[in-house]
Amino acid sequence: MLLRDQLRFNGQLFLRHRVRTALLLLAVGLGVASVILLTSLGEGARRYVDREFSSLGNQLLIVLPGRKETTGGAPPIYGTAPRDLTLEDAQALERIPAIRAVAPVIAGTVSVSLASRSREVIVLGSTPEIFQVRDLEVSQGDILPERTRTEAMAVCVLGSKLKRELFANRRAIGEWVRVGDRRMRVIGVLEERGESLGLDLRDMIIVPVRTAEQMFNTQGLFRVLMELDGNADFPKTEERVKAVIRERHEGDDDITLISQDSMLAAFNNILTTLTLAIAAIAAISLLVAGILIMNISLISVSQRRQEIGLLKALGGSSRQVRQLFLGESLMLVSMGSAAGIAVAWTAVLVMARLWPSFPLAPPWWSAPAAVGTALLAGLVFSLIPARRAAALDPVLALRGQDR
Amino acid sequence: MIDLNAVNKTYQVGEAPLRVLRDVNMTIGKGEYLSVMGPSGSGKSTLLNMIGLLDRPDSGSYRLDGVATETLGEEPRAKLRADYIGFIFQAFHLVNRLTTLENVELPMMLAGISPKQRRQNALAVLEQVGLADRAGHRPGQLSGGQLQRVAIARAIVMKPRILLADEPTGNLDQASGVEVVEVLENLNSEGITLLVVTHDANLGKRARRRIRMVDGQIESDTGDGDAAAGSTAL
Repeated sequence: MLLRDQLRFNGQLFLRHRVRTALLLLAVGLGVASVILLTSLGEGARRYVDREFSSLGNQLLIVLPGRKETTGGAPPIYGTAPRDLTLEDAQALERIPAIRAVAPVIAGTVSVSLASRSREVIVLGSTPEIFQVRDLEVSQGDILPERTRTEAMAVCVLGSKLKRELFANRRAIGEWVRVGDRRMRVIGVLEERGESLGLDLRDMIIVPVRTAEQMFNTQGLFRVLMELDGNADFPKTEERVKAVIRERHEGDDDITLISQDSMLAAFNNILTTLTLAIAAIAAISLLVAGILIMNISLISVSQRRQEIGLLKALGGSSRQVRQLFLGESLMLVSMGSAAGIAVAWTAVLVMARLWPSFPLAPPWWSAPAAVGTALLAGLVFSLIPARRAAALDPVLALRGQDR
Repeated sequence: MIDLNAVNKTYQVGEAPLRVLRDVNMTIGKGEYLSVMGPSGSGKSTLLNMIGLLDRPDSGSYRLDGVATETLGEEPRAKLRADYIGFIFQAFHLVNRLTTLENVELPMMLAGISPKQRRQNALAVLEQVGLADRAGHRPGQLSGGQLQRVAIARAIVMKPRILLADEPTGNLDQASGVEVVEVLENLNSEGITLLVVTHDANLGKRARRRIRMVDGQIESDTGDGDAAAGSTAL
């Protein structure tokens, strides 16, 4: 039997049983589409994290106060340390040659007000280096002056959204705002930028680190951000950093170092595993579609007993009958898969339009994996019906008897 | 042409085994016209299926054109069936979703013949049974006599040597029955071996050689006067 005849023969069958065919196509299509869509979400999350970290600049090394063991415990985001990491520690780190810039950070929330308007925002106390390390630019005015490295000053740089909310379209540079219980002069406004690592850079205020120390009445830094030289050796530099701190902390190794690479690798691992797990869950729907195909094929075999008997009487062999039934399933699965891929990719395109900031994208392996699983399920689950059809006794089948 | 030697067949019906063929010996020559008659359950349909290679004997041998068929596998049997045998059924067994032409093409499609060749052959045999103008119709639009003639066209399109008809007029009225029998007898006069299984005594009497079966055995066989010499030669 020629392949094109087989396709045509089954095609006529599908036309004859439109509803049945449409339902099977729907089942397979939904399964394939859900695999692709769910893996796209997982892959999108991975890319999102990837992008966020890349925006930090890839020569970043972060020092957190307190030591975290690699086993157990909370992730090293907010550490509680026996000994504070101080501004003097940060200044000592500046002397390590491979380190290009050191930006100490004290963070907290504070209410910023101008006349009757008041906003609760995040305040970062730092030095001019924060602009270099975090790649920040001002659209108006200036960054923190050099003096703020070591001295408190009543100056601040506003995020773009905060500036808009306090000043609307009026000029902010040179004006005074109330930050907590202090008055500070606005010297700059940050350039409009999106979120970075969950911190909305538009909705915050940057003040000198010494000023922040006074505001929060603490010597302890929230963290120290360091930018390394382009060709710096990370492990070696990490050792130097630890050595410097150990010396200053009476032999205690009480800091945690995070390099962007190690964090990115960890996130990548987690999200890739998550995506695979999601794909496996979605693949269950393909399994269900396979079982549906089996049931409907079994019904089809019993409905077409006479036809099968006839095909055998007309010179068709058991192998040909088996092939016809397997071919029927594979055709259905192929058409359903094509529909599913089309639906999934359309949905991805639409969602990318609606949420441009989330990098939704189907990973390259999702379509082949989904279609492969669908074909496999279709094949495996139609083996039993096909075998049953091939084994039919043509004589009894033609008489319309059971067995 | 057809040579059955001590063929036995037993079916298991519930608890008890039912012997449907008992040591049947039979030789059929080329171009013969036989009728097989007998009461229900006498084994005549089983005999037909045996000759048509749809059933296998439990014991005994069946040689078709010199080929020992009982040892062949499923594939070569299907091939032999396609080359040698055309079936005609009481219930026509046309595929409803296919047109007349496509129904007639079905055996050629299974044999892998090219669409162009198929169409040509199918139209030729439809012409032969007088239904060329019905090629595009579906079975639902045809009368009983026309349906059986389409089935005959389908049975002869592969140019078989043997035509096996199981109650070919059983579902037809008198006039259509006569039409169909005439088509079959014309084919026989052109050299095809025709074997008709029937309950209808009038139809049975028309055959030159008449076999009567009772309880799985051949009770009487008139033999074939004019073709006997030819058949022993084969």
